[in-house]
Formats: sequence, C-alpha cells, structure tokens
Amino acid sequence: MMRRLRQITGTAASVPVTLFGLILVTFLIGRVMPIDPVIAIVGDHAPPDVIARVRTELGLDRPLIVQFGIYLARLLHGNLGNSVMTTHPVTQDIATYFPATFELATTAIILALVIGIPLGVIAAARQGSRFDHAVRVVSLAGQSIPVFVLGLIFLLIFYVKLGIAPGTGQVDVVYDGMVNRITGMLVVDAAIEGQWDVFWNALGHLVLPAIILAYFSLAYITRMTRAFMLDALAGEYIVTARAKGLSGTAILWRHAFGNIAVPLITVIALAYAGLLEGAVLTETVFSWPGIGLYLTVSLLNADMNAVLGATMVIGFVYVGLNLLADIAYRLLDPRVR
Amino acid sequence: MSGTTLRAWLLTDTPASRRQAAWGRTYRGWLLLRRNKLAMAGLVTTMVLIVASLAAPLITPYSPSAQDLADRLAPPTAAHWFGTDELGRDLYTRVVYGGRITLGMVVAVVVLVAPAGLLIGSFAGYLGGVVDKALMRITDVFLAFPRLILALAFVAALKPGITSAVFAIALTSWPAYARLARADTLTIRDSDYIAAVRLTGAGAGRIVLRHIVPLCLSSVIVRVTLDMSGIILTAAGLGFLGMGAQPPTAEWGTMIASARGYILQQWWVPTIPGMAILIASLAFNLFGDGMRDVLDPKQR
Repeated sequence: MMRRLRQITGTAASVPVTLFGLILVTFLIGRVMPIDPVIAIVGDHAPPDVIARVRTELGLDRPLIVQFGIYLARLLHGNLGNSVMTTHPVTQDIATYFPATFELATTAIILALVIGIPLGVIAAARQGSRFDHAVRVVSLAGQSIPVFVLGLIFLLIFYVKLGIAPGTGQVDVVYDGMVNRITGMLVVDAAIEGQWDVFWNALGHLVLPAIILAYFSLAYITRMTRAFMLDALAGEYIVTARAKGLSGTAILWRHAFGNIAVPLITVIALAYAGLLEGAVLTETVFSWPGIGLYLTVSLLNADMNAVLGATMVIGFVYVGLNLLADIAYRLLDPRVR
Repeated sequence: MSGTTLRAWLLTDTPASRRQAAWGRTYRGWLLLRRNKLAMAGLVTTMVLIVASLAAPLITPYSPSAQDLADRLAPPTAAHWFGTDELGRDLYTRVVYGGRITLGMVVAVVVLVAPAGLLIGSFAGYLGGVVDKALMRITDVFLAFPRLILALAFVAALKPGITSAVFAIALTSWPAYARLARADTLTIRDSDYIAAVRLTGAGAGRIVLRHIVPLCLSSVIVRVTLDMSGIILTAAGLGFLGMGAQPPTAEWGTMIASARGYILQQWWVPTIPGMAILIASLAFNLFGDGMRDVLDPKQR
C-alpha cells in the first residue's frame, strides 16, 4: 500500500509541472496575438498618452519574464482578467457557463456507457460475426463523422422534418429565467425547485446534443471494450470457467468483464475528457450556453482574456481527468506495481 | 519474371537477400490487407479521393469560384450534379476542389509532424536522463489540451487561415508521435544487437537513425493512417468555427459554416460537404484499421 501511495504522489507531482507549462503556453499565445490588448480596452481613437498610461498599468512595457510573473500572481488570486464582450471577470463567466457543459457531457457519457459497453462485450463474444462487423462499422462511422455535421443533420430530421425534438438552446424561450440558479444545470435546478414543466422542456432540449456527443465517445468506448474483452476471453481462467460448466453469460459478464473493469475506468475518464472537445462544436451547433460556446464566441470577437481563460480551464479539467484515470488505475489494479 | 515465379520469389521461406526478405514481408502484409474487405474499401476510396483531387480541373465543368446569382441554391440537376450554393457556385466542383485543400492540409501536417515526432521520441528514449525527462514534460504540456481547443487558441494567435491551421494542427499532433516512438525505442534500446552496434563504435546519432528509427516506423505508419481522419476532422472543425480556411476558399468545413443557414430549405447545400468529410475520414479510418491489423498483430 505504501509503495502504491508513493507512486500516486509521484504521478501527482508531475501535474504541477504540466499545469505550469499549460499556463506558460497560454500566456505566450496571448503575447504573440495580433491584437493589441491596450487598443482592445481603450479603443483605437484614444489619445497617445492614454494608450501609454494603460500600457504601463497593464505592465506591458516590462520584460516578458516580469509580465509572466504578474500574470502568474494574478492567476493565483483567481484573476483571469475581464472579458471585453460580457464586461464580467472571466472567472465569473466560466462559472456561469461551465455547469451547462458539465450537464451535457455527463448525460452524454452515461448514454455512451450504457450503450457502448454492452455493444463492445457482445462484439467480442461473437468475434468475426455479422454483429461484430456491424459494431465495427458503426463505431468507425462515429469516429469519422464531424459532430457538427451530425448535429445539423439531426436538427434537420428531428426538429425540422419530424418536429419531435425541440430546437436549439437549453430551454424554450418562454421558460427562460423561470428557475433560480442553484447548480447551474437547468435540468437539476428545475427538479430541485419542483418546476416540472421546465424540467421536461429542458430535458427535451438536452436529448439531441447529448445523443450526438454520446455517439462521439461511444465509438471509442465500444472499441476499447471489445479489445479488452478479446484479451480477457483468451485467458486460461476462462477455459477453467468453461470446464467447470458455467453458463456463457456468467463467464462473459462475471469472469471476463470483471477483469476488464479497471482498464475500462481509464478509458471512461479519457472519453469524458475527450467530450470537452466535442462539446465546443456541439454547443456551437445547438447554441448550448456552455464553455465551448463561450470559447468560440469569444474567439470570433477577439476577446482574448476570455479565450485564454477558457482554454486554460479546459486544459486544467483535462489534466485533472487524466490524473484521476491514472490514480484509479493504480489504486484498483493489483498488477500495477 | 512471370507472375507465378514472382510470387514464389516473394513468398519463399529462405530469402537470398535483405531486399528479397523486405519485399516478401511487404507482399505478405498486402495479402493480409487484401483479405480485409473493409480496409480495401477504405483504400480504394482514399485512392479515388486522391486522384479526384489531383485531377480536379479535368473532371469539373465549372470554376470553384464562378458565381451565377440567377441560379443560386438550385437543387441537384444534370447541369449541377449536387446543386448550387448560396452564390450560385457549382457544389460538385467545390466539393472536388475542397478535397484538394483537405488532403493538402493532411499531407502538410503529416510531413511536418511524423518525422519530427519520430526523431524527438527516439532520441529521448535512446539518450534517457535529463533530455528524456525534459522532452517528455514538454509533450505532457501539449497533451494537456484537447487537440481542437489548443489548435483554436494557436490559430487565434496566428491569424485564421489554412497555413495557420496546418501549423496549429501540427503543433498539437507531434507529442503523440514522440510518445509512440519513445515507447518503441525503450523496448529496442537494451537489445543485444544495439549493444553490438555500439561496440563497433557507432555514435548515438548513427544508432538512432540507422537502427532504431526504422523499427519504430511501422507503429508510426499505423498511427499516421489512423490520425489522418483526426486531422481531417480538426481541419474541418476549425473551418466550421471560422478559424481555418477562409471564404471563398472551397474548404469543406468552411462551406458548411457559410451554408448553415440554408439547412431548413436547401438542406443539400451544407449536407453535401458534410458527407464529403464523412466519406474521406471514414475511408482513412477503415484503411488505418486494416493497416493496424497487418502491422501490429498484437493490437487486434
């Protein structure tokens, strides 16, 4: 146990270095920007002395290393600067937008697990069968279709043609602002407040984008589950279990699947992290008010503090999930020494 | 040499030369790949796409930028196989020309990334110590962002456009190759034949370039084929978000973005470039999947 604990601290110790690098990269991106941050604040008609004063105030006349120090110090105080677009501090904006992404991504990963794992297990059990080939094609298609194309096609079919799905956004306009913000996740907040009209409406809005994101990670989860299961099914303990006369289902789920649960946790954490990327495009298509939409709108408005802040926060979450996957793997798998 | 003798020469168990052994191995791989129908479908589609892109001016009746405002948003007809877009440009022509841009970007990224990743990874793995630690920390930082997000930030810093998009995708892609090459190098580094080469007085550069890099190639090739669809999707995503190729360039993602508003009435205008992305990326995925089975049997 002690040794494993030390390994985990070792893994965790590399994280600050990564995060430092992450901050450095975002800082440098911000400095090579073609947009002058001073002009962005005072406007391009400001008198030269005002421009000079603001430049000094922002510390932009100092050496790059000093600027990075200032940036780092402000960051440690939770200050990512203000967004030009919303005029709020970027941290406040991110706190506003992040829960919606969390809600979308979590729903998507649950869908992907519930569908993807059984598909992968059955495909492995019937390796080479028609079912196996079908699963392979379906999951490869999921890895091949851009989420924004799928989003547009789904909107066309289910919203425009069939009229069974609500349109874009998190909720119908009539319900906008009817629920007090508690967690920031509209479906959860509506349920807490007992506003079931809003709840069902918001849930309806969640379905399409969640399915699209789920398909995105389902492909990955199914493929990995299948690969792990093929490995597990080739094990000698499976032969023993068969010789004991256990039923196919018991062997498949208890003996083989039980042994792949640990590596699967890693895959799930990575798939969840990957959803952040899909979320940017899905949120753009569905006008979903999450951090991805915030990022793209800020990009188009050249709102650099917001872009870099959002990029950094997404990077932090990504690193956190990877670390979690690593720790879970080391804690749960006795073979990792 | 006739077909049968060539085949026998390739499949012999006792090759007479290194060249014969190498060709024989390639031929066996090809036979294995040929049995995989899906992979062959992917390969054929990829070939068709490449040929169509190269021959774009010969197989398209219009210019990709020729506008015909009187005939805008026309449905597919004999004159315009895929219809026309919001400025009356022929969609079929634009989709074919779009293939040039997409495949060109893919090639550019791979040419930038694969050799760089391969060299960095194998030198890090072979030299070990501080060099290895430092290089791997750097890859950690780049792997700490989702690819599209980091590419977006880079493009925003550079200036939206195809060149920036290629550099941004390349900057986000190389660490995976470096990691892969490093892992392979670590397993090769301590083998006897490397020790033997070292005893003959070969320096690190020679050992890595002549004896380690060739052995890392197969996993890098598999990774490249599987990565191509990722590059296509990232490029299209950047275009869709307005950060890749800029209008009026006929790039698939950009075409979808500018035709997005017509999805309700003229659904084919944004859907056709979408299908083009799907087909191209699926073809690369199927082919890459088959290549992995051939080159890396343990990963099946």
